[in-house]
Amino acid sequence: MILTTHDRTIINHLQGGFPTCEDPWDELATILNLPIDEIICRIDRLQEHGMLSRFGPIYNAERMGGGLTLAAIEVPETRYDEVTDIVNSFDEVAHNYARDHKLNMWFVLATERPEQITSVIDEIEQQTGLQVYNMPKQEEYFLQLKFEV
Amino acid sequence: MLAVKQQAETIIDAIDRKIIAATQHGLPLTRNPYHEIAAQLGLDVQDVITRMQLMLDKGVIRRIGVVPNHYKLGFKANGMSVWNVPEEKISQLGQLIGAQDFVSHCYQRPRFLPEWPYNLFAMVHGKTRDEVLEKVEKIATLLGDDNRGHLVLFSTRILKKTGLRI
Repeated sequence: MILTTHDRTIINHLQGGFPTCEDPWDELATILNLPIDEIICRIDRLQEHGMLSRFGPIYNAERMGGGLTLAAIEVPETRYDEVTDIVNSFDEVAHNYARDHKLNMWFVLATERPEQITSVIDEIEQQTGLQVYNMPKQEEYFLQLKFEV
Repeated sequence: MLAVKQQAETIIDAIDRKIIAATQHGLPLTRNPYHEIAAQLGLDVQDVITRMQLMLDKGVIRRIGVVPNHYKLGFKANGMSVWNVPEEKISQLGQLIGAQDFVSHCYQRPRFLPEWPYNLFAMVHGKTRDEVLEKVEKIATLLGDDNRGHLVLFSTRILKKTGLRI
């Protein structure tokens, strides 16, 4: 799929700020200088082609009362598949990535309650026999996401 | 911990949770998305709008809009850059790095000395691995003497990826 100028305008300007009012598109049509149906149609097409993974609110798990952390393990190469299976078997593990470092497994833990993070980490340490480095964020330097295409 | 828990319980209520469940995978892509959510949940549209605006104000909703798929858009490389910076300047430096348009997330995280001295994490995106490395160099230049060491960890494999569950 080749992006047109209008597609780029939508992607670049609509990564936030979708209005919370009864007729949200009216305002956007004016800002983007495009007819409402065309904006909707283009978003739909961009989603269909996978250029956009979705349209709507992005929720912050922690503010909803859950626990969230980034954790890492130094996994011996010979045990990599086995440890991957153990770590991935936890529902609380949302994402897990292999990375090129001594700490070669990095995963995100999301729990319903903040205090459950520690018990899940203990459990992973017990089942794998490996140390889990718990690196929760202490501060977030977050600005509007701004992927220019 | 108790304070955190109480805050979490008072920040959203059962109706908010229904709205979250109905919209966490997206808003209907129609002319009146909020009306549709309201109808689906048997709520008044104004109530849905007010609650979503409040959740935005409280940071429960980060933003409402389109979520680009970096990978499909050609940003095929990403590297987790990690930096050892002076603790007392971290807030200023974090904001500086977070403001770069190629950085999607920038967080302060705990060090594990001596093996892990890095306290600032910035996810850097680019079209190629070389472009990521160039951008990492740009961060190094911005930090100057405050950069006491850094690494870029590229992901070599996705082992698991699931959506947010609530």
